Formats: sequence, C-alpha cells, structure tokens
Amino acid sequence: MATIDSRIPEGPVAEKWSNYKAHQKLVNPKNKLKLDVIVVGTGLAGASAAASLGEMGFNVLNFCIQDSPRRAHSIAAQGGINAAKNYQNDGDSVYRLFYDTVKGGDYRAREANVYRLAEVSASIIDQCVAQGVPFAREYGGLLANRSFGGAQVSRTFYAKGQTGQQLLLGAYSALSRMVNEKKVKLFTRYEMQDVVIVDGRARGIIAKNLVTGKLERFTASAVVLATGGYGNTYFLSTNAMGCNCSAAIAAYRKGAYMSNPAYVQIHPTCIPRHGDKQSKLTLMSESLRNDGRIWVPKDLNDAKALQAGTKKGSDIPEEARDYYLERRYPAFGNLVPRDVASRAAKERCDHGYGVNETGEAVFLDFSESIQRLGIDVVRQRYGNLFDMYEEITDVNPGELAKVVDGVEYYNPMMIYPAVHYTMGGLWVDYELQTNIPGLFAIGECNFSDHGANRLGASALMQGLADGYFVLPYTIQNYLSNQDLWKKLSTDSKEFDEAEETWNKKVDHLMSIGGKKSVDTIHKKLGNIMWEYVGMGRNEEGLKKALVEIKKIREEFEKDLFIPGSKEGFNIELDKALRLNDFITMGELIARDALSRNESCGGHFRIEYQTEEGEAKRDDENYFYVSCWQYKGEGNEPELSKEPLEYEAIKVQTRNYKN
Amino acid sequence: MDNIINFKLKLWRQAGPKEEGKFVTYDSQELGMEVTTDTSFLEMLDILNEKLIEKGEEPFVFDHDCREGICGMCSLYINGHPHGPAQGATTCQMYMRRFKEGETITVEPWRSAGFPVIKDCMVDRGAFDKIMQAGGYVSIRTGAPQDANAILIPKEKADEAMDAATCIGCGCCVAACKNGSAMLFVSAKVSQLALLPQGRPEAAKRAKNMLAKMDELGFGACTNTGACAAECPKQISISNIARLNREFIKAKLSD
Repeated sequence: MATIDSRIPEGPVAEKWSNYKAHQKLVNPKNKLKLDVIVVGTGLAGASAAASLGEMGFNVLNFCIQDSPRRAHSIAAQGGINAAKNYQNDGDSVYRLFYDTVKGGDYRAREANVYRLAEVSASIIDQCVAQGVPFAREYGGLLANRSFGGAQVSRTFYAKGQTGQQLLLGAYSALSRMVNEKKVKLFTRYEMQDVVIVDGRARGIIAKNLVTGKLERFTASAVVLATGGYGNTYFLSTNAMGCNCSAAIAAYRKGAYMSNPAYVQIHPTCIPRHGDKQSKLTLMSESLRNDGRIWVPKDLNDAKALQAGTKKGSDIPEEARDYYLERRYPAFGNLVPRDVASRAAKERCDHGYGVNETGEAVFLDFSESIQRLGIDVVRQRYGNLFDMYEEITDVNPGELAKVVDGVEYYNPMMIYPAVHYTMGGLWVDYELQTNIPGLFAIGECNFSDHGANRLGASALMQGLADGYFVLPYTIQNYLSNQDLWKKLSTDSKEFDEAEETWNKKVDHLMSIGGKKSVDTIHKKLGNIMWEYVGMGRNEEGLKKALVEIKKIREEFEKDLFIPGSKEGFNIELDKALRLNDFITMGELIARDALSRNESCGGHFRIEYQTEEGEAKRDDENYFYVSCWQYKGEGNEPELSKEPLEYEAIKVQTRNYKN
Repeated sequence: MDNIINFKLKLWRQAGPKEEGKFVTYDSQELGMEVTTDTSFLEMLDILNEKLIEKGEEPFVFDHDCREGICGMCSLYINGHPHGPAQGATTCQMYMRRFKEGETITVEPWRSAGFPVIKDCMVDRGAFDKIMQAGGYVSIRTGAPQDANAILIPKEKADEAMDAATCIGCGCCVAACKNGSAMLFVSAKVSQLALLPQGRPEAAKRAKNMLAKMDELGFGACTNTGACAAECPKQISISNIARLNREFIKAKLSD
C-alpha cells in the first residue's frame, strides 16, 4: 500500500492558501509564452482554466467532444452557485460555507481544499458579474440570493433556473476572447483517447477527431483533465448523453489513483422513470424545494388509489398528507441535503407510499406557496421548470385543480431520485495534481471538495474555483521546472505505443461481430448498478454486482456489434469505447462501496444505519480517502488510503433535525 | 399497450459533406418500433437506430446531448419547422404525443450556407463560435474585479439582459430564415451585453465586429420577416435585432 502525500501547506487552515500563494514558484511572463498546456474539456472548470491560462500567456490547446465549447454539460445546471458574500446579512462567512460543505459531505472531504474553495467563492461572483453574467437582482439593483439544501443562510446566486448556462456562457466568452487573441486553440468534436507519459510525466495526449475518425497527437508541458463525472455508468442519469469517464479511466489505467468512486450523488428531485426506452432522466432543480413541499399520503389506501390511477394528488386533502421531510427534520425541513432527501423518498416508497403506477414517485407541491405568493411570483421563480415539467409529463404544476373549503389545491409534480453527480474522481493533491506528475484534474473530474455528498449549488462553485482561481496558480509551481520547457516531438516511441494500444483495442472491438448494440449492453450495466450499487447497498448485493459486471464485461467482449468501420465517422464505435470504460468504472464503484463498511453521505450501506434509519459512519476505521490503483486488466485494483486530518472542524454526527 | 403510435419517418440521409443526400422512408410498424406517445422525439430516433443496428445498417446521425433543451446541440428540421412544431421548445423536448397516428414525419438538417452537413442531419455550426470570438465578450481578465454589488443594475434591465442571454446558440434562427441570416443569434449576445453597464464600453465595436464576421462567414442579410423569433425555442425577441441595428449605426457614425 502506497503512502499518499496530499502536500497540504503548513499553517492554520485559514492561512494555508495565502501562504501557498506567497511562496509558490511562478513562471515569468516571457517564459509563459513558450509553454503549451493541454486542457481537456470545456465545461465550467475546463473553459475557465483554459481562458485564465491563456490570459496569463500560456499557449492552451483546448478539447471538447461537442461541436462547440458552449455545449458542455455544466450548461444544464439549474439552481445556482454558492458564495460566502453575506450580502443578505444572515450570518454567512467563509468559515460557515466551509463548515456547511464539510458537514454536508459527511466529514469525508479534505479540510484544506474545502477551506480554499470557500475562500475563493466570493471572487467567483465578482468575476462572473464583471463578465456580464445576468444574475437575478433585487429592485434596488443589488444581487438577489436564495437558499439551498444543507444551509441555513441564503448564499446562492442564480440566473432564473439557468445558472449553469449563464456561468458557462461567461466562461465561454472569456475563452472565445482568448481564441481570438490566438492564446487558445480549440479542438471541437475531438475526444481524448489516452494520456501520454514521457519520463514519468504527462506530456501529451492522443485524441480522436470524431468527424474524420483519425487519431492525432498533441504534446504539451502539462495536461489538465476537466472531463466531468462518471454518472452515466448508471446508463440512466441526469447527465447529458455524451458525458463519459473515458479520460479519467485512461489516466487510471496509466497509474493515476481513482478516489472514492462509491460516492455517487442521487438527486432527490428528478422526473420519475417510465417505460424501458428512456434515454435519460430529467432533473427538476433543487431550488424548487425552497417553495415546494414534498409529501406522500399518510394512508396506504390513498397511495394504492394513486398507484391505480383512481385518485389524483389534488384529491388528497391537506390533513391526509405526510410532509415527511418536515416531520423528520424540523430544523431543515424540505431543505435537507440531497442524500438525506433521496433516502427519505426511497424509504417512503419502499413502504408502499409511492404515488405513481411504478410506486417510485413522491409529490412536490406548490399549493401552499402559490396561495401565499400568488402564481405570478411562483412562475417568475420557477416558470421555466414548470414548463419543462409540463412538456415532459403533460401536467401543469401551476394549474389549480380544485378548491375545498377555501383551500386551493394545485396539481403537484411527481419526483423521484436519480443519479446526478459523482463526488468521487481522480485523486489530486492540494495543487489539483494527480499522482502522475504533470497530470491535473479539475471540476467534477477530481474527488477533492465534496466528501461523500455535495451540497446544492456547490458544483458550479467548485468548477469555477478550480478553473479561475486555483489551477492557474498551482500549475505554475509545476511548470516552473525548466526540464519541462523543451518542446517534445510527437514522433516518439511513447506516442507510437499509445496509438498501437488504441489500434489493437479498436480492431478487436470492430472484429467481435456479435449481435448486441452498445446501448443494449449499457442498459444492462445500468440496471445492475442502480439495483445493487444505487441508493441502498449491502454486502450481498455488492458482491452480486461484481459478479454481474464481470458477466457484462464478457458479453461486451463476445457479443458486441458495431456497424460501419474503424475509419471515418462512427458514433457507435465512440460509444463502445466509452462503454468499455464505464464497465471498468462500474466495477470500481461496486468495489469501493463493498470495501467501505459504513454509511456516509451518498454511500448508504443498509447494514450500517441508526435506529432512525440515518447513515451511520465509522470514523475509527473509515476516516480516509480511498485511492484505487490499476493493476492490469482482469486483476484486482490495489487500495491505498489517504488518512483525513481535521484541525478546524470537530467531526460529529450529522444532524439536520434540530 | 394502448398508447402506441405508428408513423412513417422520411429522413434525410447523406453519407458525408460532399456526397449526395436523399430522403429514406422508414415505417415504424414494419420495423417493430413500438413507440409510445410518452416517448421523446429523440428517444424515438434511438429506437429507430437500435432497429437499424439490429439489421446491420448504419444508424441515423443527428446531434444531441443534454436532452433538456439547454445545451443547444440538437437541431433537426421537422415537418417544415426547425425544432419541430412545438412552440418554445427544442427538438429534444418534444414528445411523440405531438404527432398524429399514421402521420409521415419529415426530418431534414438545418439548411444554410453557414452550416455545412457533416453526415445525415448533423451539421457544422462552428461558424457561431467564430462570430462569438469576434466580440461576444467583455474584455476583462480573471483576477479581482470590483465587488459584484459595486455595479448596481436595475432589476428590469437585468431581466431584459437575461432574456437575451437565454439564447442556446442552436442555429434554429438561421434554419428558419429564408435568407439564412444569423441576426437573431448575433443580436441576442449584443443586446445582453449592451444592456448591462459592464458591456457598454465595447458595445459599438462588438456590434460592428460580430456583424462583419457574420457576413464574412456566408450568412444572409436580415429582411425582417420575423421567422427567426417565431421559431426560436427560447423565444428570443425580435426587438433584439432592432437594438443590434441601433448599436451598429452608432458604431458606423463614430467611425
């Protein structure tokens, strides 16, 4: 088992980042002009990093799989971005945001990284406003805020229900400016296939031009992965169709640690599943929980009637409704963190209280807030989400269904938890560098800031913190090493080997000639993952999952069919390459979940819960970050541990009740 | 199942940018697609592709990603409308309940000189990135600008800027326009930044440079037919084009 050095700077947690910046090595302006940096991904983390590095003078090569950097899935984030501005004068501070994030993550995040995140959060808002991001405003012209799960202050900045879109377009505009100034070169519809290591350092990548099908070689002094999470391992998730974990798995196969893969966030408010031909699940923003109340019927007979379709939500009177989050968690009510809200929904549905034909749905109801605020105010806040919901389900949540004794009943939404975000990812040290020198990972791609559960509106914060304010500093500490300044040729044995390995793999996949499509096999993987490695896990199920995933691997190797040829445009081949890596990732998730004999955050082991059904951590034995290392195909990966050390926060049981 | 819908699909198939394209018709019943009315349009195409792959044929190629109507990746010109007949929605947000039993659904790519076909209904919209690179930004550096609340912006202005900023850059406006003009797209970005104090210093230059780039890339001129705004999935207002013209005239006068 290797020793893991997270390279956290000396000093009290509140001074670490200032100390680091005061003493880190820099690259002088003239030398920056000579250095190339590869950034893979153009989401919030990738675009902000590429733009910032370009502004500093580095030559950036920036890759994305879509037709434009603006399509990255950060664009779909709805609710908002947290920042410790304390504009509402409600007692917020850097420490409180830090504390809420560590607590929200169920005490499994690295303290020093989280403190830095909270520290730079305020600058992100300044930066975005200066770019022209049209955040919501109050009538006096000041920025507006709302509250999100896991917090008792209003620190979330938002732009309607399209905050991710506006922040990404802000980063994209900065990136576009750098492309215009020729400091960033864009490669759209390119997919990284492997990272190339020269003399122990990441010095380039090979990438596939998805239109021509040709492999191309790129060298640089450092490689930054900003390629998002691995939620699509589950086939159905709120991720975009193209989201994949292949870049991260390529790094893992080259020796990078994969950390905490079991920490998968199941978001409580998604539109429930229907049928077996669905391609993805749609998120309804957590911001809805500000004004929406979650409930199921108190009476099982009502639930049965809802399941049979003989009653509608609006038929159940106020007194017969169980607002179970308000009942169980009086202090936070409907705004408990995501993992808590998701499990509570599952608990009710497992007991038969589900409200649709599958029995896997709960209500999210706006009757109370519409009566209190009026439909206009509610629509102003959530109009686009109501419209989205209606287009998909044919039900309008803002529509008055009936009035009984002066009480107005509106059609409630139906929601159910779905895979949304992955807290785990490539292991990085304080500088966001993986254990492969010169290979950095930022945004959702790394593991560092959210522990076992991420709070709402913190993904955007972390992506932009990494890209604008952390990586552009820390990467210089690495790039100041003059050994890296010489440009390498792509005509080398390392690149030859990487291409040869890739060609072998692709030739093999194309030659299988089986009968099953990529999606058919991927759906099977997804079903296994959701059933055994989903919201509630146990030893038996996880062992079964490992056996089943192995069978899926065999099926993939023997029965896959890819139409077309290796050359040219071939979307099925690209999907097959991604599925190959999802299978590896699925196994890692299950293995990590099996090795962690405790419940924490998004990782809930049924064997480890309190009498009240809350997650039961084991700090004595599992107060560490798991770091999995690849040991060759077919071999078990090796687990190393980075022990967690807390100095500013006392580790305690998470409590959202009082 | 009682909510199965049967239909014919007339799809534009084109092997590559320089190949000749043609319509190919697929019958949902013959292929055994069994599509229900609560299936999304793109899920219906997924089902078609599964059937084609089963038969050893190449799948139909179309752009798509988030499937929530926000990334702007999906396109498709369906029954004479870009993003199909649904108002204020992208192709990916459209459900099969929109169509009638037995209907023939015609699907074509965005057709414009600015958007060459890559394969089937996938087109190259890289020109939009180039227009943005010509000036769709506020020229500031990452660093420590003034406190965010130092810039007061009236709510009405911020909301108006937000409405313009909602543009998803899908290219629907170009596909809808008989001249293949990208004016609505350009005006949305110019308006967003012109409405905000942060964007004012460069407003004139921005309008001029983005329009010049639009012309250079082969997009047509605007003749105010309004088709762009009528079809826009994000309902970007045509008043943005008027604002763009005002900014452009200001720029010309100061030349």
